[in-house]
Amino acid sequence: MNAVVPRSLLRPEPAAPAAPVSTLRARDLAYAYDGGRPVFSGVSLEVRPREIVCLLGGSGCGKSSLLRVLARLEAPASGDIHFLGEPLQAPHPRAALVFQQPGLLPWLDAAGNVGFGLDFEHQPRLARSERAARVEHALSAVGLAGHGHRYPAQLSGGMAQRVALARALAREPQLLFADEPFSALDAITRAEMQALLVELVHRWHTAALLVTHDIDEAILVADRILLMGGTPGRIVREWTVDIERPREAQPAAVTALRLDILNALQVLRAH
Amino acid sequence: MSARFILPLAGLLGALLLWLAGSAWLAHGMPIAADFAPAPSADALWQLLGSGELWPHVLVSLKRVAVGLLLAIAIGVPLGVLTGLSRRFAQGTTPLFQFLRMVSPLSWMPLAVMVLGVGDAPVYFLLAFAAVWPILLNTASGVAQLDPNWLLLARSLSATRRETVLRVVLPGITAHILTGVRLAIGIIWIVLVPAEMLGVSAGLGYFILDTRDRLAYSELMAVIVLVGALGYALDHLARSAHARWLHR
Ligand SMILES: Nc1ncnc2c1ncn2[C@@H]1O[C@H](COP(=O)(O)OP(=O)(O)OP(=O)(O)O)[C@@H](O)[C@H]1O
Ligand SMILES: [Mg+2]
Repeated sequence: MNAVVPRSLLRPEPAAPAAPVSTLRARDLAYAYDGGRPVFSGVSLEVRPREIVCLLGGSGCGKSSLLRVLARLEAPASGDIHFLGEPLQAPHPRAALVFQQPGLLPWLDAAGNVGFGLDFEHQPRLARSERAARVEHALSAVGLAGHGHRYPAQLSGGMAQRVALARALAREPQLLFADEPFSALDAITRAEMQALLVELVHRWHTAALLVTHDIDEAILVADRILLMGGTPGRIVREWTVDIERPREAQPAAVTALRLDILNALQVLRAH
Repeated sequence: MSARFILPLAGLLGALLLWLAGSAWLAHGMPIAADFAPAPSADALWQLLGSGELWPHVLVSLKRVAVGLLLAIAIGVPLGVLTGLSRRFAQGTTPLFQFLRMVSPLSWMPLAVMVLGVGDAPVYFLLAFAAVWPILLNTASGVAQLDPNWLLLARSLSATRRETVLRVVLPGITAHILTGVRLAIGIIWIVLVPAEMLGVSAGLGYFILDTRDRLAYSELMAVIVLVGALGYALDHLARSAHARWLHR
Protein backbone atom coordinates (compact mmCIF):
# COMPACT_ATOMS: atom_id res chain seq x y z
CA MET A 1 0.00 0.00 0.00
CA ASN A 2 2.74 2.42 0.98
CA ALA A 3 4.30 2.10 -2.43
CA VAL A 4 1.44 3.93 -4.15
CA VAL A 5 1.40 6.84 -1.71
CA PRO A 6 3.21 9.82 -3.25
CA ARG A 7 6.38 10.53 -1.37
CA SER A 8 5.37 14.08 -0.61
CA LEU A 9 2.44 12.83 1.46
CA LEU A 10 4.62 10.78 3.80
CA ARG A 11 5.40 13.06 6.69
CA PRO A 12 6.80 12.19 10.04
CA GLU A 13 4.10 11.79 12.65
CA PRO A 14 3.77 14.70 15.05
CA ALA A 15 5.71 14.02 18.23
CA ALA A 16 3.62 12.36 20.93
CA PRO A 17 2.56 14.80 23.63
CA ALA A 18 5.12 14.66 26.42
CA ALA A 19 2.33 15.37 28.91
CA PRO A 20 1.46 12.68 31.50
CA VAL A 21 0.11 9.98 29.22
CA SER A 22 -1.95 7.44 31.08
CA THR A 23 -0.63 3.90 31.30
CA LEU A 24 -3.99 2.37 30.54
CA ARG A 25 -7.14 4.10 29.38
CA ALA A 26 -10.32 2.21 28.55
CA ARG A 27 -13.44 3.84 27.16
CA ASP A 28 -16.96 2.49 27.19
CA LEU A 29 -15.97 -1.17 27.25
CA ALA A 30 -18.53 -3.93 26.96
CA TYR A 31 -18.05 -7.67 26.85
CA ALA A 32 -20.14 -10.83 26.62
CA TYR A 33 -19.09 -14.46 26.50
CA ASP A 34 -20.26 -15.82 23.19
CA GLY A 35 -23.99 -16.06 23.03
CA GLY A 36 -24.45 -14.81 26.58
CA ARG A 37 -25.73 -11.63 28.15
CA PRO A 38 -23.23 -8.80 28.58
CA VAL A 39 -20.98 -9.38 31.59
CA PHE A 40 -20.16 -5.69 31.81
CA SER A 41 -20.87 -2.62 29.73
CA GLY A 42 -20.12 1.09 29.71
CA VAL A 43 -16.88 0.62 31.66
CA SER A 44 -14.40 3.47 31.39
CA LEU A 45 -11.32 3.66 33.54
CA GLU A 46 -7.79 4.90 33.65
CA VAL A 47 -4.59 3.74 35.30
CA ARG A 48 -1.90 6.39 35.56
CA PRO A 49 1.84 5.75 35.70
CA ARG A 50 3.00 4.28 39.04
CA GLU A 51 -0.52 4.12 40.37
CA ILE A 52 -2.10 1.16 42.13
CA VAL A 53 -5.75 0.83 41.21
CA CYS A 54 -7.91 -1.78 42.93
CA LEU A 55 -10.95 -3.15 41.19
CA LEU A 56 -13.23 -4.18 44.02
CA GLY A 57 -16.48 -6.08 43.70
CA GLY A 58 -18.51 -9.07 44.78
CA SER A 59 -18.12 -12.54 43.35
CA GLY A 60 -19.33 -12.90 39.79
CA CYS A 61 -19.67 -9.18 39.06
CA GLY A 62 -17.25 -9.50 36.14
CA LYS A 63 -13.92 -8.32 37.60
CA SER A 64 -11.88 -11.14 36.11
CA SER A 65 -13.59 -10.77 32.76
CA LEU A 66 -12.86 -7.03 32.76
CA LEU A 67 -9.23 -7.64 33.66
CA ARG A 68 -8.85 -10.13 30.82
CA VAL A 69 -10.37 -7.69 28.37
CA LEU A 70 -8.18 -4.84 29.65
CA ALA A 71 -5.10 -7.04 29.19
CA ARG A 72 -6.47 -7.85 25.74
CA LEU A 73 -6.59 -11.58 26.41
CA GLU A 74 -10.13 -11.20 25.10
CA ALA A 75 -11.42 -8.69 22.61
CA PRO A 76 -14.06 -6.26 23.90
CA ALA A 77 -17.48 -6.35 22.23
CA SER A 78 -17.30 -2.57 22.02
CA GLY A 79 -15.21 0.28 23.33
CA ASP A 80 -11.50 0.87 23.05
CA ILE A 81 -8.36 0.42 25.12
CA HIS A 82 -5.19 2.49 24.93
CA PHE A 83 -1.96 1.31 26.51
CA LEU A 84 0.81 3.91 26.79
CA GLY A 85 -1.16 6.03 24.38
CA GLU A 86 -1.43 3.36 21.68
CA PRO A 87 -4.54 1.37 20.83
CA LEU A 88 -4.18 -2.10 22.34
CA GLN A 89 -4.95 -4.94 19.93
CA ALA A 90 -3.07 -7.82 21.58
CA PRO A 91 -1.41 -8.54 24.93
CA HIS A 92 1.35 -5.96 25.32
CA PRO A 93 4.98 -6.94 26.08
CA ARG A 94 5.13 -4.24 28.75
CA ALA A 95 2.05 -5.52 30.57
CA ALA A 96 2.35 -8.57 32.80
CA LEU A 97 -0.22 -10.74 34.54
CA VAL A 98 -0.41 -12.48 37.90
CA PHE A 99 -3.29 -14.77 38.76
CA GLN A 100 -4.75 -16.38 41.85
CA GLN A 101 -2.85 -19.57 41.09
CA PRO A 102 0.88 -19.11 40.54
CA GLY A 103 0.67 -21.26 37.40
CA LEU A 104 4.35 -22.15 37.53
CA LEU A 105 5.67 -24.68 35.05
CA PRO A 106 6.73 -27.67 37.16
CA TRP A 107 9.41 -28.81 34.70
CA LEU A 108 11.33 -25.53 35.07
CA ASP A 109 13.13 -24.37 38.19
CA ALA A 110 12.29 -21.02 39.77
CA ALA A 111 14.83 -19.16 37.64
CA GLY A 112 13.51 -20.90 34.53
CA ASN A 113 9.99 -19.87 35.43
CA VAL A 114 11.01 -16.27 36.04
CA GLY A 115 12.77 -16.15 32.68
CA PHE A 116 9.98 -17.99 30.89
CA GLY A 117 8.31 -14.83 29.62
CA LEU A 118 11.51 -13.40 28.22
CA ASP A 119 12.16 -15.47 25.16
CA PHE A 120 9.06 -15.54 23.05
CA GLU A 121 8.87 -14.34 19.48
CA HIS A 122 6.61 -11.42 20.32
CA GLN A 123 8.71 -10.25 23.23
CA PRO A 124 11.69 -7.95 22.85
CA ARG A 125 14.85 -9.99 22.29
CA LEU A 126 17.35 -9.96 25.12
CA ALA A 127 21.05 -10.77 25.20
CA ARG A 128 21.92 -13.73 27.41
CA SER A 129 23.61 -11.64 30.04
CA GLU A 130 20.72 -9.19 30.12
CA ARG A 131 18.27 -12.07 30.49
CA ALA A 132 20.23 -13.61 33.36
CA ALA A 133 20.53 -10.23 35.07
CA ARG A 134 16.81 -9.64 34.84
CA VAL A 135 16.03 -13.06 36.32
CA GLU A 136 18.46 -12.50 39.19
CA HIS A 137 17.13 -9.04 39.84
CA ALA A 138 13.49 -10.14 39.82
CA LEU A 139 14.18 -13.11 42.10
CA SER A 140 15.97 -10.97 44.65
CA ALA A 141 13.25 -8.31 44.43
CA VAL A 142 10.71 -10.84 45.70
CA GLY A 143 13.11 -12.07 48.37
CA LEU A 144 14.09 -15.31 46.65
CA ALA A 145 17.71 -14.56 45.79
CA GLY A 146 19.59 -17.85 45.77
CA HIS A 147 16.45 -19.95 45.38
CA GLY A 148 16.50 -19.95 41.57
CA HIS A 149 17.44 -23.63 41.36
CA ARG A 150 14.40 -24.78 43.37
CA TYR A 151 11.53 -26.46 41.57
CA PRO A 152 7.85 -25.56 42.00
CA ALA A 153 7.13 -28.87 43.75
CA GLN A 154 9.59 -27.78 46.42
CA LEU A 155 8.08 -24.33 47.04
CA SER A 156 5.43 -23.26 49.54
CA GLY A 157 2.33 -21.52 48.22
CA GLY A 158 3.66 -18.12 49.23
CA MET A 159 7.04 -18.75 47.61
CA ALA A 160 5.37 -19.97 44.44
CA GLN A 161 3.33 -16.78 44.23
CA ARG A 162 6.52 -14.78 44.75
CA VAL A 163 8.04 -16.59 41.79
CA ALA A 164 4.94 -15.75 39.75
CA LEU A 165 5.37 -12.11 40.75
CA ALA A 166 9.05 -12.24 39.79
CA ARG A 167 8.09 -13.75 36.44
CA ALA A 168 5.91 -10.70 35.82
CA LEU A 169 8.57 -8.25 37.06
CA ALA A 170 11.29 -9.77 34.90
CA ARG A 171 9.47 -8.38 31.88
CA GLU A 172 9.88 -4.90 33.35
CA PRO A 173 6.21 -4.14 32.96
CA GLN A 174 4.70 -0.69 32.84
CA LEU A 175 1.54 -2.24 34.19
CA LEU A 176 0.96 -5.25 36.36
CA PHE A 177 -2.43 -6.89 36.04
CA ALA A 178 -3.21 -9.01 39.08
CA ASP A 179 -6.36 -11.06 39.59
CA GLU A 180 -6.82 -11.90 43.28
CA PRO A 181 -3.16 -12.82 43.45
CA PHE A 182 -3.10 -13.40 47.20
CA SER A 183 -6.52 -14.87 47.91
CA ALA A 184 -5.23 -18.45 47.99
CA LEU A 185 -2.66 -17.59 50.66
CA ASP A 186 -2.97 -17.71 54.44
CA ALA A 187 -3.59 -14.39 56.21
CA ILE A 188 -0.02 -13.88 57.39
CA THR A 189 1.55 -14.62 54.02
CA ARG A 190 -1.11 -12.49 52.35
CA ALA A 191 -0.22 -9.46 54.48
CA GLU A 192 3.46 -9.93 53.61
CA MET A 193 2.67 -10.18 49.93
CA GLN A 194 0.47 -7.08 49.97
CA ALA A 195 3.31 -5.07 51.49
CA LEU A 196 5.72 -6.57 48.98
CA LEU A 197 3.46 -5.62 46.07
CA VAL A 198 3.24 -2.00 47.19
CA GLU A 199 6.99 -1.84 47.68
CA LEU A 200 7.69 -3.41 44.28
CA VAL A 201 5.29 -1.13 42.42
CA HIS A 202 7.04 1.86 43.94
CA ARG A 203 10.57 0.59 43.42
CA TRP A 204 10.04 -0.70 39.87
CA HIS A 205 8.13 2.37 38.71
CA THR A 206 5.29 0.31 37.39
CA ALA A 207 1.54 0.73 37.74
CA ALA A 208 -0.79 -2.01 38.94
CA LEU A 209 -4.39 -2.95 38.42
CA LEU A 210 -5.36 -5.31 41.19
CA VAL A 211 -8.62 -7.23 41.22
CA THR A 212 -9.83 -8.17 44.66
CA HIS A 213 -12.99 -8.87 46.62
CA ASP A 214 -11.24 -8.12 49.88
CA ILE A 215 -12.15 -4.60 51.07
CA ASP A 216 -9.24 -4.47 53.51
CA GLU A 217 -6.78 -5.48 50.85
CA ALA A 218 -8.05 -2.72 48.59
CA ILE A 219 -7.77 -0.13 51.37
CA LEU A 220 -4.26 -1.22 52.37
CA VAL A 221 -2.86 -1.38 48.87
CA ALA A 222 -4.70 1.02 46.55
CA ASP A 223 -4.10 4.59 45.51
CA ARG A 224 -7.53 4.46 43.96
CA ILE A 225 -10.42 2.02 44.45
CA LEU A 226 -12.99 1.32 41.75
CA LEU A 227 -16.12 -0.41 42.97
CA MET A 228 -17.71 -2.68 40.40
CA GLY A 229 -21.27 -3.98 40.58
CA GLY A 230 -24.64 -4.36 38.94
CA THR A 231 -25.78 -6.51 36.03
CA PRO A 232 -24.28 -6.02 33.58
CA GLY A 233 -21.29 -4.93 35.63
CA ARG A 234 -20.11 -1.35 35.61
CA ILE A 235 -18.03 0.90 37.80
CA VAL A 236 -20.39 2.37 40.34
CA ARG A 237 -18.05 4.39 42.56
CA GLU A 238 -14.51 5.52 42.91
CA TRP A 239 -12.40 6.50 45.91
CA THR A 240 -9.02 8.13 45.93
CA VAL A 241 -7.20 6.72 48.92
CA ASP A 242 -4.83 9.31 50.34
CA ILE A 243 -4.18 7.62 53.64
CA GLU A 244 -0.52 7.79 54.58
CA ARG A 245 1.46 4.52 54.42
CA PRO A 246 1.87 2.26 56.27
CA ARG A 247 -1.88 2.33 56.49
CA GLU A 248 -2.00 -0.24 59.29
CA ALA A 249 -0.89 2.69 61.44
CA GLN A 250 -3.95 4.80 60.49
CA PRO A 251 -6.84 2.79 61.93
CA ALA A 252 -9.29 5.70 62.08
CA ALA A 253 -8.94 6.65 58.43
CA VAL A 254 -8.99 3.01 57.35
CA THR A 255 -12.16 2.31 59.33
CA ALA A 256 -13.89 5.40 57.94
CA LEU A 257 -13.11 4.35 54.37
CA ARG A 258 -14.20 0.80 55.03
CA LEU A 259 -17.56 2.03 56.35
CA ASP A 260 -17.97 4.23 53.33
CA ILE A 261 -17.33 1.29 51.01
CA LEU A 262 -19.69 -0.96 52.97
CA ASN A 263 -22.35 1.72 52.69
CA ALA A 264 -21.86 1.95 48.96
CA LEU A 265 -22.25 -1.83 48.74
CA GLN A 266 -25.46 -1.58 50.75
CA VAL A 267 -26.86 1.01 48.36
CA LEU A 268 -25.79 -1.16 45.42
CA ARG A 269 -27.63 -4.16 46.86
CA ALA A 270 -30.79 -2.11 47.47
CA HIS A 271 -31.05 -1.29 43.76
CA MET B 1 18.15 -50.27 59.23
CA SER B 2 14.69 -49.06 58.45
CA ALA B 3 11.54 -50.93 57.53
CA ARG B 4 12.07 -49.68 53.98
CA PHE B 5 14.77 -52.28 53.51
CA ILE B 6 13.83 -54.96 56.00
CA LEU B 7 10.25 -55.53 54.88
CA PRO B 8 10.99 -56.03 51.16
CA LEU B 9 13.87 -58.32 52.09
CA ALA B 10 11.60 -60.29 54.40
CA GLY B 11 9.06 -60.62 51.57
CA LEU B 12 11.66 -61.92 49.16
CA LEU B 13 13.02 -64.31 51.78
CA GLY B 14 9.50 -65.62 52.40
CA ALA B 15 9.05 -66.28 48.69
CA LEU B 16 12.38 -68.06 48.59
CA LEU B 17 11.29 -70.32 51.47
CA LEU B 18 8.01 -71.11 49.70
CA TRP B 19 9.96 -71.87 46.54
CA LEU B 20 12.26 -74.17 48.52
CA ALA B 21 9.35 -75.95 50.21
CA GLY B 22 7.35 -76.25 46.98
CA SER B 23 10.17 -77.73 44.95
CA ALA B 24 11.05 -80.16 47.76
CA TRP B 25 7.45 -81.29 47.96
CA LEU B 26 7.27 -81.68 44.16
CA ALA B 27 10.59 -83.56 44.06
CA HIS B 28 9.14 -86.01 46.58
CA GLY B 29 6.93 -87.62 43.96
CA MET B 30 8.90 -86.62 40.86
CA PRO B 31 12.70 -86.70 41.33
CA ILE B 32 13.47 -84.61 38.25
CA ALA B 33 11.60 -81.69 39.84
CA ALA B 34 14.55 -81.28 42.20
CA ASP B 35 15.98 -79.15 39.38
CA PHE B 36 13.32 -76.54 40.12
CA ALA B 37 14.80 -75.81 43.55
CA PRO B 38 16.49 -72.47 44.30
CA ALA B 39 20.01 -73.83 44.66
CA PRO B 40 20.32 -75.54 41.25
CA SER B 41 18.51 -72.58 39.66
CA ALA B 42 20.98 -70.10 41.15
CA ASP B 43 23.76 -72.32 39.95
CA ALA B 44 22.29 -72.39 36.44
CA LEU B 45 21.84 -68.63 36.41
CA TRP B 46 25.43 -68.14 37.45
CA GLN B 47 26.64 -70.41 34.66
CA LEU B 48 24.35 -68.97 32.00
CA LEU B 49 25.49 -65.46 32.77
CA GLY B 50 29.12 -66.47 33.18
CA SER B 51 29.31 -68.44 29.93
CA GLY B 52 27.73 -65.55 28.05
CA GLU B 53 25.17 -67.91 26.58
CA LEU B 54 22.20 -65.87 27.79
CA TRP B 55 23.37 -62.35 26.93
CA PRO B 56 22.50 -62.45 23.23
CA HIS B 57 18.96 -63.49 24.16
CA VAL B 58 18.69 -60.69 26.71
CA LEU B 59 19.91 -58.16 24.15
CA VAL B 60 17.50 -59.38 21.48
CA SER B 61 14.62 -59.12 23.94
CA LEU B 62 15.64 -55.65 25.09
CA LYS B 63 15.91 -54.51 21.50
CA ARG B 64 12.38 -55.78 20.86
CA VAL B 65 11.15 -53.94 23.93
CA ALA B 66 12.80 -50.74 22.72
CA VAL B 67 11.40 -51.00 19.19
CA GLY B 68 7.93 -51.96 20.42
CA LEU B 69 7.95 -49.08 22.89
CA LEU B 70 9.15 -46.54 20.33
CA LEU B 71 6.44 -47.65 17.90
CA ALA B 72 3.83 -47.40 20.65
CA ILE B 73 5.02 -43.89 21.56
CA ALA B 74 5.14 -42.79 17.92
CA ILE B 75 1.54 -43.90 17.44
CA GLY B 76 0.11 -43.38 20.92
CA VAL B 77 1.27 -39.82 21.62
CA PRO B 78 -0.14 -38.17 18.47
CA LEU B 79 -3.38 -40.15 18.76
CA GLY B 80 -3.58 -39.22 22.43
CA VAL B 81 -3.03 -35.52 21.68
CA LEU B 82 -5.74 -35.69 19.04
CA THR B 83 -8.10 -37.46 21.44
CA GLY B 84 -7.40 -34.88 24.12
CA LEU B 85 -7.83 -31.91 21.80
CA SER B 86 -10.81 -32.93 19.70
CA ARG B 87 -14.00 -33.99 21.37
CA ARG B 88 -15.28 -35.27 18.03
CA PHE B 89 -12.24 -37.45 17.46
CA ALA B 90 -12.54 -38.75 21.02
CA GLN B 91 -16.22 -39.56 20.58
CA GLY B 92 -15.54 -41.26 17.27
CA THR B 93 -12.73 -43.44 18.50
CA THR B 94 -13.31 -44.18 22.19
CA PRO B 95 -15.56 -47.24 21.73
CA LEU B 96 -13.18 -48.67 19.14
CA PHE B 97 -10.15 -48.11 21.34
CA GLN B 98 -11.83 -49.58 24.39
CA PHE B 99 -12.83 -52.60 22.32
CA LEU B 100 -9.35 -53.16 20.88
CA ARG B 101 -7.75 -52.61 24.27
CA MET B 102 -9.74 -55.46 25.74
CA VAL B 103 -8.58 -58.03 23.18
CA SER B 104 -5.45 -59.75 24.42
CA PRO B 105 -2.73 -58.72 22.00
CA LEU B 106 -1.58 -62.33 21.78
CA SER B 107 -4.84 -63.15 20.02
CA TRP B 108 -3.47 -61.29 17.00
CA MET B 109 -0.42 -63.51 16.87
CA PRO B 110 -1.61 -65.92 14.13
CA LEU B 111 -2.86 -63.02 12.04
CA ALA B 112 0.35 -61.06 12.63
CA VAL B 113 2.50 -63.98 11.52
CA MET B 114 0.35 -64.48 8.43
CA VAL B 115 0.58 -60.85 7.42
CA LEU B 116 4.07 -59.93 8.58
CA GLY B 117 5.77 -63.31 8.21
CA VAL B 118 7.94 -65.00 10.82
CA GLY B 119 10.72 -63.07 12.49
CA ASP B 120 10.89 -59.83 14.43
CA ALA B 121 8.10 -57.95 12.65
CA PRO B 122 5.11 -59.72 14.23
CA VAL B 123 6.74 -59.44 17.67
CA TYR B 124 7.20 -55.68 17.21
CA PHE B 125 3.60 -55.46 16.12
CA LEU B 126 2.29 -57.36 19.13
CA LEU B 127 4.38 -55.38 21.59
CA ALA B 128 3.43 -52.04 20.08
CA PHE B 129 -0.20 -53.06 19.92
CA ALA B 130 -0.18 -54.02 23.59
CA ALA B 131 1.67 -50.90 24.70
CA VAL B 132 -0.08 -48.23 22.68
CA TRP B 133 -3.19 -48.04 24.87
CA PRO B 134 -1.77 -46.82 28.16
CA ILE B 135 0.33 -44.27 26.26
CA LEU B 136 -2.64 -43.06 24.23
CA LEU B 137 -4.99 -42.81 27.19
CA ASN B 138 -2.48 -41.11 29.47
CA THR B 139 -1.50 -38.63 26.76
CA ALA B 140 -5.15 -37.79 26.19
CA SER B 141 -5.82 -37.25 29.87
CA GLY B 142 -2.63 -35.17 30.09
CA VAL B 143 -3.93 -32.87 27.37
CA ALA B 144 -7.34 -32.67 29.04
CA GLN B 145 -5.71 -31.81 32.37
CA LEU B 146 -3.32 -29.16 31.06
CA ASP B 147 -3.35 -26.32 33.56
CA PRO B 148 -5.49 -23.55 32.01
CA ASN B 149 -3.20 -21.07 33.77
CA TRP B 150 -0.30 -22.21 31.58
CA LEU B 151 -2.32 -21.62 28.43
CA LEU B 152 -3.40 -18.23 29.73
CA LEU B 153 0.23 -17.42 30.45
CA ALA B 154 1.20 -18.40 26.91
CA ARG B 155 -1.57 -16.20 25.58
CA SER B 156 -0.50 -13.24 27.71
CA LEU B 157 2.96 -13.59 26.13
CA SER B 158 1.41 -13.57 22.65
CA ALA B 159 2.94 -17.00 22.13
CA THR B 160 2.63 -18.37 18.62
CA ARG B 161 0.89 -21.72 18.15
CA ARG B 162 4.27 -23.38 17.70
CA GLU B 163 5.63 -21.84 20.87
CA THR B 164 2.54 -22.90 22.80
CA VAL B 165 2.84 -26.51 21.66
CA LEU B 166 6.61 -26.78 22.10
CA ARG B 167 7.03 -24.82 25.31
CA VAL B 168 3.78 -25.46 27.17
CA VAL B 169 1.69 -28.34 25.80
CA LEU B 170 4.39 -30.95 25.17
CA PRO B 171 6.36 -30.38 28.36
CA GLY B 172 3.05 -30.06 30.18
CA ILE B 173 1.92 -33.54 29.17
CA THR B 174 5.32 -35.18 29.46
CA ALA B 175 4.63 -36.38 33.01
CA HIS B 176 1.46 -38.10 31.78
CA ILE B 177 3.27 -39.58 28.79
CA LEU B 178 5.94 -40.93 31.13
CA THR B 179 3.23 -42.52 33.29
CA GLY B 180 1.87 -44.13 30.14
CA VAL B 181 5.34 -45.28 29.14
CA ARG B 182 5.88 -46.84 32.53
CA LEU B 183 2.63 -48.80 32.28
CA ALA B 184 3.51 -49.69 28.69
CA ILE B 185 6.88 -51.08 29.71
CA GLY B 186 5.16 -53.29 32.26
CA ILE B 187 2.74 -54.60 29.64
CA ILE B 188 5.42 -55.05 26.99
CA TRP B 189 7.60 -57.01 29.34
CA ILE B 190 4.72 -59.33 30.16
CA VAL B 191 3.65 -59.81 26.54
CA LEU B 192 7.24 -60.20 25.35
CA VAL B 193 7.85 -63.72 26.65
CA PRO B 194 4.81 -65.38 25.03
CA ALA B 195 5.26 -63.27 21.89
CA GLU B 196 8.77 -64.69 21.55
CA MET B 197 7.53 -68.24 21.71
CA LEU B 198 6.50 -68.39 18.08
CA GLY B 199 8.48 -67.97 14.90
CA VAL B 200 11.67 -66.54 16.41
CA SER B 201 14.98 -68.17 17.27
CA ALA B 202 16.29 -65.87 19.97
CA GLY B 203 15.05 -63.94 22.98
CA LEU B 204 14.10 -64.78 26.53
CA GLY B 205 10.72 -66.27 25.53
CA TYR B 206 12.43 -68.46 22.96
CA PHE B 207 15.01 -69.49 25.54
CA ILE B 208 12.34 -70.54 28.02
CA LEU B 209 10.71 -72.84 25.47
CA ASP B 210 14.14 -74.14 24.56
CA THR B 211 14.96 -75.06 28.20
CA ARG B 212 11.66 -76.92 28.35
CA ASP B 213 12.54 -78.90 25.25
CA ARG B 214 15.98 -79.69 26.68
CA LEU B 215 14.41 -80.63 30.06
CA ALA B 216 16.83 -78.07 31.57
CA TYR B 217 14.48 -77.11 34.39
CA SER B 218 17.01 -75.31 36.55
CA GLU B 219 17.81 -73.11 33.55
CA LEU B 220 14.09 -72.51 33.08
CA MET B 221 13.81 -71.26 36.65
CA ALA B 222 16.99 -69.22 36.21
CA VAL B 223 15.52 -67.40 33.21
CA ILE B 224 12.26 -66.77 35.04
CA VAL B 225 14.19 -65.12 37.85
CA LEU B 226 16.16 -63.09 35.34
CA VAL B 227 13.00 -61.97 33.51
CA GLY B 228 11.55 -60.78 36.79
CA ALA B 229 14.72 -58.95 37.77
CA LEU B 230 15.07 -57.23 34.39
CA GLY B 231 11.42 -56.22 34.44
CA TYR B 232 11.88 -54.78 37.91
CA ALA B 233 14.90 -52.82 36.72
CA LEU B 234 13.04 -51.46 33.67
CA ASP B 235 10.13 -50.36 35.81
CA HIS B 236 12.51 -48.69 38.23
CA LEU B 237 14.14 -46.82 35.35
CA ALA B 238 10.80 -45.60 34.05
CA ARG B 239 9.70 -44.58 37.51
CA SER B 240 12.83 -42.59 38.22
CA ALA B 241 12.57 -40.86 34.82
CA HIS B 242 9.07 -39.80 35.85
CA ALA B 243 10.20 -38.56 39.25
CA ARG B 244 13.16 -36.72 37.74
CA TRP B 245 10.96 -34.88 35.29
CA LEU B 246 8.67 -33.68 38.06
CA HIS B 247 11.56 -33.02 40.45
CA ARG B 248 9.79 -34.80 43.25
N1 LIG C 1 -15.62 -18.69 30.34
C1 LIG C 1 -16.85 -18.21 30.62
N2 LIG C 1 -17.89 -18.49 29.81
C2 LIG C 1 -19.13 -18.00 30.07
N3 LIG C 1 -19.42 -17.24 31.13
C3 LIG C 1 -18.44 -16.91 31.99
C4 LIG C 1 -17.10 -17.38 31.77
N4 LIG C 1 -16.32 -16.91 32.77
C5 LIG C 1 -17.15 -16.18 33.57
N5 LIG C 1 -18.42 -16.17 33.10
C6 LIG C 1 -19.55 -15.46 33.70
O1 LIG C 1 -19.28 -14.07 33.66
C7 LIG C 1 -19.68 -13.47 34.87
C8 LIG C 1 -18.52 -12.73 35.49
O2 LIG C 1 -17.50 -13.64 35.84
P1 LIG C 1 -16.10 -13.18 36.37
O3 LIG C 1 -15.27 -14.39 36.56
O4 LIG C 1 -15.57 -12.12 35.50
O5 LIG C 1 -16.49 -12.55 37.78
P2 LIG C 1 -15.58 -12.15 39.01
O6 LIG C 1 -16.03 -10.82 39.46
O7 LIG C 1 -14.15 -12.28 38.65
O8 LIG C 1 -15.96 -13.22 40.08
P3 LIG C 1 -15.05 -13.87 41.24
O9 LIG C 1 -14.92 -12.85 42.31
O10 LIG C 1 -15.85 -15.05 41.68
O11 LIG C 1 -13.74 -14.24 40.63
C9 LIG C 1 -20.23 -14.58 35.76
O12 LIG C 1 -21.63 -14.53 35.70
C10 LIG C 1 -19.71 -15.84 35.15
O13 LIG C 1 -20.68 -16.86 35.29
MG1 LIG D 1 -12.54 -13.53 39.33
